[in-house]
Amino acid sequence: MLRLSCPICGTRDETEFVYGGDASVKRPALSVPDTYLWLEFVFYRDNMRGRHLEYWQHVQGCRQWLVLERDTATHEHGDCRLASETEA
Amino acid sequence: MSERYSLLSLLSRGLGGNVGWTRVWREPAPKPAYDVVIVGGGGHGLATAYYLAKEHGVRNVAVLEKGWLGGGNTGRNTTVIRSNYMMPGNTKFYERSVRLWENLSQDLNFNVMFSQRGQFNLCHSIAQLDAARRRGNVMRANGIDAELFDREEVRKRLPYLDYSENARFPIIGAQFQGRAGTARHDAMAWGFARAADRLGVDIIQQCEVTGLLREHGRIVGVETTRGGIRAGKVGLAVAGHTSRLASMAGLRLPIESHLLQGFVTESLKPLVDTVISFGAAHFYISQSDKGSLVFGGDLDGYNSYAQRGGLPIIEHTLASAKALMPCISRLRMLRHWAGVMDMSMDGSPFITKTPVDGLYLNGGWCYGGFKATPASGWCFAWTIANDRPHEDNALFTLDRFRNGRQIDEKGAGPVPYAQ
Ligand SMILES: Cc1cc2nc3c(=O)[nH]c(=O)nc-3n(C[C@H](O)[C@H](O)[C@H](O)COP(=O)(O)OP(=O)(O)OC[C@H]3O[C@@H](n4cnc5c(N)ncnc54)[C@H](O)[C@@H]3O)c2cc1C
Ligand SMILES: [Zn+2]
Repeated sequence: MLRLSCPICGTRDETEFVYGGDASVKRPALSVPDTYLWLEFVFYRDNMRGRHLEYWQHVQGCRQWLVLERDTATHEHGDCRLASETEA
Repeated sequence: MSERYSLLSLLSRGLGGNVGWTRVWREPAPKPAYDVVIVGGGGHGLATAYYLAKEHGVRNVAVLEKGWLGGGNTGRNTTVIRSNYMMPGNTKFYERSVRLWENLSQDLNFNVMFSQRGQFNLCHSIAQLDAARRRGNVMRANGIDAELFDREEVRKRLPYLDYSENARFPIIGAQFQGRAGTARHDAMAWGFARAADRLGVDIIQQCEVTGLLREHGRIVGVETTRGGIRAGKVGLAVAGHTSRLASMAGLRLPIESHLLQGFVTESLKPLVDTVISFGAAHFYISQSDKGSLVFGGDLDGYNSYAQRGGLPIIEHTLASAKALMPCISRLRMLRHWAGVMDMSMDGSPFITKTPVDGLYLNGGWCYGGFKATPASGWCFAWTIANDRPHEDNALFTLDRFRNGRQIDEKGAGPVPYAQ
C-alpha cells in the first residue's frame, strides 16, 4: 500500500487516489500543427526505471490533481505537490 | 546433447531408480560472435531461437538471460491460452498460436501439459452479451471455435457460481471457447530451451545485457556482464524491460511497465475443470493440477519495475472471487507474486524491425503474452530471418500509432493501465 501525503488532506491510503500517468509529458499548444509532437504526447513515454514524476488525483478527498516523485524500482516517494502550483 | 525422450526412456529410467538422466541443455560460455543474439530467456526469446534454428536453419544463435530461464513473466503467469480476439492483426495471429500449442509437446519432445479445458467469458449485461456474440461471430468467420451460452446453460456447466437473487453482478450468459485452456509455464520454457539447444543454440544464463554495440548507425552486438558479444542481428524479447533495452539504442516506445499479480490458494479437490473469466471486474480463475485455485486480477495501476504487488489489488481480487464463487470464501491463500508487464498503448504487441538497423523488437505483450509464445517466436524468427514481417505479424509494427492503425481490442484508448 502506498501512503500518499496530500498537501491539503494529509497522509492517506493510495486507494483514495487515482493515478494519472507520467507528469513529465507536456501537451503541445493547441495551435501546434506538427503531428509528430502530438504522437509523442499521446503515445510515447520514457517509462523510467527509477525516478518518475507522476500525476495522482485525490478523488476521494480534496479532488485536487497532485504531482508526486516516486522511484519505480523501489516505490520510495516524496510528498505530493499541487499540480496547479508546480505548473504555470 | 540431451537424449530424445520416449516411453521407453521413461520406463527404463523410472524402473532403474531414475538415475542416469543427462543434463537437459548445455551451459556454454559465450562465443565472441553469433549470427543472431536474442536478449531475454523467457518463452518468447527461447521460442524465437528454436524457430530460427528449426525453420530457417539459423543455428549460430545465442539467447542471453540476465537471471534464470523463465524467471520473468513466463514463470509468473496464470497460463491461460485462448484465441478469442476480434481485431484484424490479432485474430489470425492468436489462432496460429493455439494451433502451435496443440502440437507443441510432440514438436518439442517435451510435455508442456497443454490442457484444452475451455474458457468461459461471463456476461452480466445485455450489452456484454451482444459484444460477446459479435466477437464469437468474428471468430467463427475466421474458422475459430466459439459458442454462446445462456444463463441456464452456464448454470448447468458451472453450478458453483452465484446465481442467487442478490448476486451483485447476475450472470446472464457466457461466451465459450472449447479449445482454450492452460499449460505448464515452466515446462514450456524448458521445452523450447532443450529443443533449441539440441539444434545448436547457445543458452547463456546469468548474462545481463548492459549496452548495445553500434557501428555506423547499425547495431552490431551487445555489451554484457560477461563481456562484449558481436552479432549480425540483435532481437529484444525482454517483456517489462523493453523500454530500458530500447533506450540503449536511443528509441522511445509507446510502452509503460506495470505490475500484474497472480495468486494461488491452498489445494482442494477438483472443483473448477475449466477457465472462468468474470465479466464485471478483471478477474479469472482456474485450478492447477496440484489442486490450487489460480487467480488473476487487475494491474496495480501505476508504473513499476518492482516485481512485487501491493495490498489493494489483493483485496480487489479476493472480493471478485467471492462475488463470483461464494463457496470459496473460507479458502486460504497460499501465495501471491507479481510480474513486470510491458503495457503497450493499445494493448497489442510488437513483432517488428525497428528504425535502427540490426535491431529487432518483440514486446508490448501486456498481460496476454503466454498464450502467444509459440506464434510470437515463430513470427519473430521469420521476421529476423527474412528481414521483413510475416503476414501474421505485419500489423504489429511500431509506426501503427503514427498511421492511426492502433489495434485496440478493448477500445480502451491510449491508457496502458486501462487495457
Ligand atoms: C501474474 C501474471 C499473469 C499472467 N497471465 C497470463 C495468462 O493467463 N495468459 C497469457 O497469455 N499471458 C499471461 N501473462 C503474460 C505473460 O506472462 C507474458 O506476456 C509472457 O510470459 C511474456 O513472455 P516473455 O518471454 O516476453 O517475457 P519474460 O518471461 O518476462 O522474459 C523476459 C526475460 O528477459 C530477461 N531480461 C530482462 N532484461 C534483460 C537484460 N538486460 N539482459 C538479459 N536478459 C534480460 C528477464 O530476466 C526475463 O527472463 C501474465 C503475466 C503475469 C505477470
Ligand atoms: Zn487531498
